Amino acid sequence: MILVWLIAILMAGGVLAWISGKVNRTLPRWIALAAVLAVFGMMLYLWLSNPIPVLGSAWLIQFDQPWIPQWGISFSLALDGLSLLMLLLTFFLGLLAVLISWREIQNKVAFFHFNLLWVLAGITGVFLTMDLFLFYFFWEVMLIPMYFIIGIWGHENRRYAAYKFFLFTQASGLLMLLAILGLYFIHGSQTGVYTFSYFELLNTTLAPEAARLLMFGFLAAFLVKLPVVPFHSWLPDAHSEAPTAGSVILAGLLLKTGAYGLLRFVLPLFPTATVEFAPWAMLLGVIGIIYGAILAFSQTDLKRLVAYTSVSHMGFVILGVFAFNEWALQGVVMQMITHGLSTGALFIIAGFLYERLHTRDLRQMGGFWTTAPKMGVIALVFVMASLGLPGLGNFIAEFLTLVGSWQANNWLTVFATIGLVMATIYSLRIMQKIFFESYQLEVSFPDLNAREMLITIPMVAMILWLGLYPQPFLETARPSIQEQLQAYTKPVSEREELPLKPENMAHVLESKTEASPAKPEDVKPFPNLQIKTP
Amino acid sequence: MTLTDFQHLMPLLILTFAVLVSMLVIAVGRNHKIMYVITALSFMAAFASLYELRNVGRYTIEPLLVVDGFGVFYIGMMLLTALLISMLSYAYFEQREERKEEFYILLLLATIGACVLVISKHFASLFLGLEILSVALYALIAYLRKRERSDEAGIKYLILAAFSSAFLLFGMALVYASTGTMEFAGIATAIANFTELPHLLLTGFGLMIVGIGFKLSVVPFHMWAPDVYEGAPAPVTAFIATVSKGAVLGVLIRFFMEVDGFRYPTLVLIFTIVAIASMLAGNLLALLQRNVKRILAYSSIAHLGYLLVAFLAGNQMGVQAVTFYLVAYFITTVGAFGVVAMLSDMDRDAEQLEDYRALLWRRPWTAAVFTAMLLSLAGIPLTAGFVGKFYLLAAGINTQLWLLVVMLALNSVIGLFYYIRIVAVMFQQPEGEAEADPRGRLRPSIYVASVGTLAVLALLLVYIGIYPSGLLQIIQSMLATATP
Repeated sequence: MILVWLIAILMAGGVLAWISGKVNRTLPRWIALAAVLAVFGMMLYLWLSNPIPVLGSAWLIQFDQPWIPQWGISFSLALDGLSLLMLLLTFFLGLLAVLISWREIQNKVAFFHFNLLWVLAGITGVFLTMDLFLFYFFWEVMLIPMYFIIGIWGHENRRYAAYKFFLFTQASGLLMLLAILGLYFIHGSQTGVYTFSYFELLNTTLAPEAARLLMFGFLAAFLVKLPVVPFHSWLPDAHSEAPTAGSVILAGLLLKTGAYGLLRFVLPLFPTATVEFAPWAMLLGVIGIIYGAILAFSQTDLKRLVAYTSVSHMGFVILGVFAFNEWALQGVVMQMITHGLSTGALFIIAGFLYERLHTRDLRQMGGFWTTAPKMGVIALVFVMASLGLPGLGNFIAEFLTLVGSWQANNWLTVFATIGLVMATIYSLRIMQKIFFESYQLEVSFPDLNAREMLITIPMVAMILWLGLYPQPFLETARPSIQEQLQAYTKPVSEREELPLKPENMAHVLESKTEASPAKPEDVKPFPNLQIKTP
Repeated sequence: MTLTDFQHLMPLLILTFAVLVSMLVIAVGRNHKIMYVITALSFMAAFASLYELRNVGRYTIEPLLVVDGFGVFYIGMMLLTALLISMLSYAYFEQREERKEEFYILLLLATIGACVLVISKHFASLFLGLEILSVALYALIAYLRKRERSDEAGIKYLILAAFSSAFLLFGMALVYASTGTMEFAGIATAIANFTELPHLLLTGFGLMIVGIGFKLSVVPFHMWAPDVYEGAPAPVTAFIATVSKGAVLGVLIRFFMEVDGFRYPTLVLIFTIVAIASMLAGNLLALLQRNVKRILAYSSIAHLGYLLVAFLAGNQMGVQAVTFYLVAYFITTVGAFGVVAMLSDMDRDAEQLEDYRALLWRRPWTAAVFTAMLLSLAGIPLTAGFVGKFYLLAAGINTQLWLLVVMLALNSVIGLFYYIRIVAVMFQQPEGEAEADPRGRLRPSIYVASVGTLAVLALLLVYIGIYPSGLLQIIQSMLATATP
């Protein structure tokens, strides 16, 4: 029931904030803040009070309530380590989003906070739901308010950006809906039970052809949202035109729903089809890493630059997801959290700069280190985090991902590592352009004030914590990662249990080729990949 | 006719009686309010009389009519929609100087025609219903005769509708010539013996499809829709888009289920092409429009294409999906045109995109309702349109109409473009100071009628979007008794 409350509080808070706008201009802000604080507190409580199970089921809490019984749709929510971490991130960034809008948003305050809370509610739903219909439902619910946030409170070119964002995600979402329905009917005709329940649908046996098509349906939605390179063109526009809070939520949370979808749905539902597709997916990831980095380097708009770094960082996510081993997936989960923090922080800094200078043009900035040392230090921390400096969270994430993907595919990992070097180049360029070089603008440039410090200091603390002591996060994510990987690791455990008799050997050989346990170095699950790499 | 026959036709009798009473009342003295009250009350009474028929099973009134769950549900749908439209019309016509009273008689008549259509089981009653509907519509479309566009729309509809009726009649004649009967069931038994449809019969069906297709405004018989939508008064447009089309679709479903037309690949092919063409043409042409009523016209062409997808599924689930979608579509369309009607002024309807600029900041509630309606048309969750579209897709996938289903999904995306464009216009920041609404408000009592209707529609929309189980259950139980 507590899971329902999470969504209900956010939604009710949103409505209340909208209504309260009639009474007072600042009341919506306080209501939004209280709502997000409440759910954040609940989430922290859940995290601290629930010991993560080491063995057995990864699920901590479940909630099930029939919704449209005629179609086998239920209001089914469940929480495991993965969703728990994602929700903590969601509410943490949600809190910051409310705080940074305190000064920035002066227009239609009440409606803004309504949208903000409903986006958060949609994201919460996406991270919790275990019913595919409901998943699609929330997937769309988070879209509309985001469209309004970009379209109403964005910068100059906001309408174009909002349009593009909406159409990309909606089109890809519809393909996912078709795939969900396909899965529903295939499962129904096999078992006679028509249901959208995730746990039931996991047991569907699919013909390879069908599995491939359905997987592409799901992939369409998640790869566009992530985004992976050929489908990324909505992202720079949406990120750079959105208000700061919108950018933070887009980069920090909406992109993560794509990664989460890959982990939660694509991997366990289509174990064979994903293995077939894995080399291509990893290739797309590497292309994304390098392409994003190159484009980031060549931007003059600060927010666009940060947006392209997201493309680059999300390349690591897809690289890791399709490596199918625990190292890589741990890396992916860490990457989701740390990228949410570091990129969110960079967007916040871009917001601070915009508030002072009314420009996002890097060419007009420079020399702020002397006038705003506090901002400089904080920017330095997150720039370093984004280039993967050891001691900060992103390093852990990228290191784990690369270790994992190395076991799956050596060559692509090498190219991915080059992306890290490129990250250094574009990240240092941000510092150089904004805080060093000579003065460009003759404007007063106040340093961070108390409210801004209140926003940024917790983020610095979090990124340091993630970099220095990531163990609690890894522990929390572990059982659910193992559960997602079940379909891939099964042959290994069977192999261990089987006595080494000649008649069992054939099975072992088979499992070597079809799955990717990737423990021994010499097993190359994708032997044909070397040909396809550039 | 026996007494039970009368009982089963009670809704139609009530409406007919109301027409007669209305004419007498006008003869005594013109009073807009009284006419409005009579109309609304008779719609309510007719709807209430359906309560007696809720478990009707299948009752035939030989040889013309059949009252069954399907028919009762559709009649109920028509009556409620007509009621809502009459509520919206009151405010709309009150601020205009034309003679308002006859409008209600025509509205009642058109509704009778629509109700006859959905319970007909014979070509004669089908044609009778269609003509009552059409003739009333000729007058309704040109009702605001002082307006430039009204005459054009009325004449256009008159000529084309008469023409299509001729096609329909000729088709019926050919079907009669080759089967020897005009009853649906008789035709079904007659053609059950054919393995291949004879050419004469096929030609007959083809000509009938022309006639029916015109009423549904599916491509390639859609040319009239944008002009008529634009020229007709907003409530009448809502009526054409909902009741008129829904009734024809209802009789089409009944006929096809009865004769099992889905067995014949030729017919299925024709409808597949029509469905795809309607979806594509409707959506693509809507992209080019700047006039809200025209956009809605093209969007309704596309929506009929969507409906045909589930219709082509040709099974119980398909019929349920069509019915569910129709309910959602009725609510949405009436709501959308209701907003148009409410924003219209004395001289012209609020049809240009310009009229909606920054509406959210001028009239937040109206804009919110319109946004909800548009999002429902686009099929966005939390609205009835989403569940409806989901049902259509499910029905299509269930019978593996992959081409149609993919086209539907693709077209939903194209559709988003123009729905979102209207929403974006409404959400634009006002230029300069937030100006007050330039148009004067109506008198409070009238205003409340429109606002109340719109509020009811919006709430229904969201309620069905969130909790469709109730409606689903009603549809499933009502339709279970009907189709064979």
